[in-house]
This record gives sequence, C-alpha cells and structure tokens, in this order.
Amino acid sequence: MPTHPEHASAPLSVAARAWGWRHAGRADWALRSLDLRIEPGERVLLLGASGAGKSTLVHALAGVLGGDEEGESAGELLVGNTDAPGARGGVGLVLQDPDSQVVLARVGDDVAFGCENMGVPRAEIWRRVAESLDAVGLNLPLAHPTSRLSGGQKQRLALAGVLAMRPGLLLLDEPTANLDPEGVIEVRDAVARVLESSRSTLVVIEHRVDVWWDLVDRVIVLAPGGGVLADGRPHEVLRREGAALAASGVWVPGHPPARPNRTRRAGAELLRTEDLAIARSTGAALQSGLELEIGAGRCLAITGPNGAGKSTLGLTIGGLLPAAAGRVIADGLLGSSGRDVRGSDPLRWKSRDLVTRIGSVFQDPEHQFVSGTVAGELAVGARAIGLDDAEANRRIDPLLDRLRLGHLTAANPFTLSGGEKRRLSVATALVTRPPLLVLDEPTFGQDSRTWAELVAFLAELLDSGSGVVAVTHDVELVDALADTELRMSLAGHQTESRLSR
Amino acid sequence: MSAADILTPVAGRQAIYRVNPVAKLAATAIIGIALVLSIDWVSASVALGFEAVLFLFAGLGPRRFALRTLPVWIAAVLAALTILLYGRASGASHFHFLLVNVTDGSIELSVATLLRVLAIGLPAVVLFVTVDPTDLADGLAQVLRLPSRFVLGALGGLRLVGLFVEDWKSLELARRARGIADRGRLRRFAGQAFALLVLSIRRGSKLATAMEARGFGSSIRRSWARESRFAWREWVLVLIAVLIAAAAVGASLFTGHWNFLAGA
Repeated sequence: MPTHPEHASAPLSVAARAWGWRHAGRADWALRSLDLRIEPGERVLLLGASGAGKSTLVHALAGVLGGDEEGESAGELLVGNTDAPGARGGVGLVLQDPDSQVVLARVGDDVAFGCENMGVPRAEIWRRVAESLDAVGLNLPLAHPTSRLSGGQKQRLALAGVLAMRPGLLLLDEPTANLDPEGVIEVRDAVARVLESSRSTLVVIEHRVDVWWDLVDRVIVLAPGGGVLADGRPHEVLRREGAALAASGVWVPGHPPARPNRTRRAGAELLRTEDLAIARSTGAALQSGLELEIGAGRCLAITGPNGAGKSTLGLTIGGLLPAAAGRVIADGLLGSSGRDVRGSDPLRWKSRDLVTRIGSVFQDPEHQFVSGTVAGELAVGARAIGLDDAEANRRIDPLLDRLRLGHLTAANPFTLSGGEKRRLSVATALVTRPPLLVLDEPTFGQDSRTWAELVAFLAELLDSGSGVVAVTHDVELVDALADTELRMSLAGHQTESRLSR
Repeated sequence: MSAADILTPVAGRQAIYRVNPVAKLAATAIIGIALVLSIDWVSASVALGFEAVLFLFAGLGPRRFALRTLPVWIAAVLAALTILLYGRASGASHFHFLLVNVTDGSIELSVATLLRVLAIGLPAVVLFVTVDPTDLADGLAQVLRLPSRFVLGALGGLRLVGLFVEDWKSLELARRARGIADRGRLRRFAGQAFALLVLSIRRGSKLATAMEARGFGSSIRRSWARESRFAWREWVLVLIAVLIAAAAVGASLFTGHWNFLAGA
C-alpha cells in the first residue's frame, strides 16, 4: 500500500550561513562558522568526529535547542524559508535512546501524539496513525502497550510518530546506536521503506556508515573546530576522507579498526558453574543447566538475542544476583590463602572482597558512578579495599594514561562523552586488580577509535593472565577476543570454542 | 507489582471500563462527601448495601476484588479497633485499662467507622482499578478543562516511573560491584537516592526534548485523538452515586441516627 505521497508536505531545504551555537556556560562553541545548503529531497549522512557538533546541528534544525537561556547562536539557520526554531512540526526528529522517546502507554496514542499537538482533526489523525504504522512495518494493535516493545520496535514507533506529522525534513540522530543487530536492521529497513514513498529531505547522523550507505546520496563531514571538512557524493567523500574519518572514530567500510594479536595461553581455572540456572529477581528461569568454566587468560563471550538472559548471567557470575538453581564456584579467585569464611560462592562474599576478585562493568556506565569527579571515581575502589595513597596512585596513574583519561581527572563523570564514560567505568573496575573481569556490552555504541582501544586493552589484560567474560552483541568483539562463545537463545544455549579461528 | 505494570494500559470488556474516569472521580467524591458529614452506622451500612450489589458489575473477579481492596479492609479494621479502644466513651463501660475504655458509645462509633471506611474506600478502589491513566488525562483535559500541558506532562512523567524502578535495582547492584556495599547503609542509601535523582532528571529532560520535537508546547491549538465524552453512561454513574448518597443520608435522618459532623 502506498503511503501518503500525495498529502506529504513539500520537502524542505536547509541553509546555514555562518551559523554557530555555544551552550550556556561553555567557553567553546559547539559549532561555528557553518556554511551549508541542503536541497529539498536530498538524503544526507552527517559525519564527523565526536564533539564536532553533529547533534547540536540536528537539534537546532528540529527547534529543540532551547532559547537564549540555553545558549547563544550566531549567524543564520533556515529550514525552508523560516528560522529553524519556528519550523518545529514541519521537522521530524528521532533520537538515540529508545526508552525516552515513548510518550504514551498505547502504540496508537503514541503515534497520534504529534498530530494532536499540531491540531490535526481527529479523523485525519487516525488515518495518519494507520499509514505511519504501516510505513514502518509495525503491525500491532493500536492498544498494544508500548512498554512491551523491543528497542527496535520503540525506534520504529518513534519514527511512525514523526511520520504522522508529515515532516518536510526528517532528522535521525543515531537512531540505531542503542540497538542490538536485529534492531539496527529493523530500523534501517523501516527508514528505507519510508523513503521509497516520501519525498522528504533526510539528515541522518550515525557513526556506523555501512548502515545508511545505500540510502543516502550525499555525505557531509563536519570539522571538529567548525565548518565543513568534506561534502559530496558518498563514494567520493569516503575515497578522499575515509582514512581520516576512520582515525577520528567513524566506522567506515573498508577501514576496520586494528585488532590485537593475542598470545593465547590457558591458565588455571578461576570460576566454574555447576548446573546453574539464572533468573531475574522475580520470574521463571531464563536458562538452566549452564556448565561453564572460565580460566585465567581466557575470554568467554556470551552472545544471543535480547531477553535470553545474557546480562542476568553476567550479574550472576559476577556475584551480584543469586542463582535460581545450581552453583557458582570461584575457588580459583580466593587468592593466596585459597579460603574465605563465606565460602566459594561470589554472591556471599563481602562487597570489598568481591572487588578484589571480580570486576563487574555494567552496560550503562552511569549506573556505576558514585563520585563527583573522575579522580574521586577511581579512588572509590582503592579506599574500599584500604590502599594507602601511594599505592592507590601507583595503580591509578597508569590506568589514567593508558585509557586517555589523564586530562579529565577534575571532570564530573556524568559530563564525559560516551567513549570516555566507558573507559572510566573499565578503569574503576581495574583499580582493585581483580583476576576476573565481567563486562556487559563493553563496546556498545562506541566509535571505532574507542572500540580499538578497548579491545587492545582487554587483549593486554588477557595476555597478562586475567580472565574476561564479555556479554555482547558485537560480532567483531567476539572475533577479536573470545576463546569460547556461549550462544544463548530463548530456547536454550550452546558453547562453542573459537580457538581454531 | 512489576515495573511494567505501572505502564500497561488498563482494558476490559465490561461496561464499567468504558465509563469516563471523570465520572468515576465524581461518583467517588459524591459518596465520600455525603458519608463524611455524619458518623453513624445507618448511613454507612445503607450505602455499603447498595454498593455491594453494584460491585457485581464492577468488572472485577472475586480474587482480584479481594486483592485490590485488601488495603481498605486492613485500614477499616485498624481504624475501627482504634476507635473501639480509645474512642469517646459513653454509656456502660465493658472493659477499662489505663487509656483503653470500651463502652457502648465507643462500640457504636467503632462499628460506624468500620462501615464508613469500607463504604467510602471500596467504591473508590473498585472504580479506579478500571481507570486507564491515559483516559483519565483525556478526561481531565477535555471534560474538566485542566491545562493540557500540565496534564500531559504529568502523564508522560508517569511512564518514567517504571524505568526508575529498574534504575534503582541497577544502582543497588552497582554499589556492591564497586566495593562499597558493606558499610554505611544510610549514607549509601542517600547517595543512591541522589544518583537516582540525577538519572531521572536526565531521563526527564530527554523525554521533554522528544515531546517538544513532536510539537508539544507549541502555540498551535491542540486537537484530541481520543474524544473524552461525558454522555448517558457517565450521568448514570453519577446518578447512582447521588441516589446512594441520598438513600444513606435519608435513612439515617429518618431513623434519627444522623449526627452532623460527628455529632458536634
């Protein structure tokens, strides 16, 4: 069924003339002296190193950057023939985080929300809701609860909500960065379907170029200091700037990040599970009969679709969640004495003993931050296990250097970039030197530079005898590091050795 | 109650689900106001008698009814017990120990209180079990004409509550994983609460941006995808409430048990 071509609003142009924006309270401009023209109907992939101001530009085009109290603008930014903040409504924006874009509790109501705000008559709203849901391939009852949608479905719902407003300019700000591989494909295909029947102008930000490669006809690269670094047809831009872009962290086809060479040596057993069953605090077992063994110098990757229990298994191994049945036995982590009065189950260890044996790094680094500065964050573990200042510094300083956090010691962890937050959360777990590291999606949403650094760093840890458990969707991470892969699905699980590769 | 339940839309087949939440609000208020004017057992038991019949049409099975109204029963019994032991003494005394004095008067007041809490609390709970928050917001904005920005902002915020529950669990595990879960329970709780506050503000501002990007808060006059109607069904419910209130007050006046504002 064709979707709304004849009623769609006319595609909008974008024009920036010496435009710039400085967030309130910042000394540096997020973006400055930008000159740019995007013709109606063009499909543009917007690239640039992190911090180049891509999101700022897209937010400004959507009119959600805020007024004078939020920051200061320079020059002129036009959408169609009007100033960008006034163009709201004719411009549709889909953001990165699936959870914070759902407004209402029912699928149909959520799609209708934008139309209501624009004063669209009721009968017309429901016609558009049906069309938009169809366009993004979300074939669910209108009363379906939005809380039961997967990440990919939530992003398609957000896209449908935006489409229903009939935007002349569609803006996508890393819409797939928080999704698993299936979700990425779902959203990409939904956008492709929409573009087939819409003439709307498209601007998409994404640091994984291959996702949008086939859908765009122009690539614009923003320069970190301000202005445009490269602009043109996708192939030409990538031929000229591909290497530079890859070096700045963009995932460019044909420029894969470097992979470490590992010296694989099997060490002593650190932890094993016997007939382990895992479950969330309430609910049925997600997996059972797990027999795992994790040795020093070995990397176990836990993979599989959302809902199979990957993170739950990580937390259970990490001594944070109780096993639903069976046992986690970590004799190999008890250290020189080989004893703990509380036994060999990590769940029963004291918190300060746990951190010297197993370091857990959560998927969302923000959940683990407990201090107001980067330096304070790193000192938390050292203080918990009673290190003196000299020893603490001996451990912390090399980590700061190695993970490029040295210039940020006074910064608030919450204000760091995504890559910096990830590196900090790994560093905090390493201060107490645990022989086993459990990481939940360590490379999720990271740019290629941070990816390469993390993988190289983890390879070093492995080669120096640490054990690593990585819960991940990232096939490249598994290829680069894993000795064993535990594939979990909703039906069960299987273990596969990756050593032969 | 799991986190997702807060966000799951309420739906059912019975007629009561289709009644506008504003009418349920009104019905609850009418009965409540009529019954707080006097504390006597007659008005409360008349109201409760009518309500008991109507509960059969409330769209709740016996099990769900018992489960959802359990807090009301507990509150009613506790209130009645307190009045029985410490209520204003009058008439013959049956048991006296320190401040405790069970008399004819306190027994009567206690029974009246028990019935009253039930007569006000049960219909309120039963009616609101079948209210969907989205429908309530529609009703508040369209029928009662409350400002839509305020109502929809609150509705959007409600959706975040489920995420806070998840965040709180993660924050708790994260503190153990950081090595600081052994001591200082109070301080840790304060720190964790602050962290949750920071996370919620960030989530809230992201949601606000997403809502704004979809035209929320613009100067355009809003339309409503779902019409919130106040028609015969709603008037019937309000009328039932008025009849119950009138019957309760009338019976109480007729039998001479009416004591306006607790017999002041």
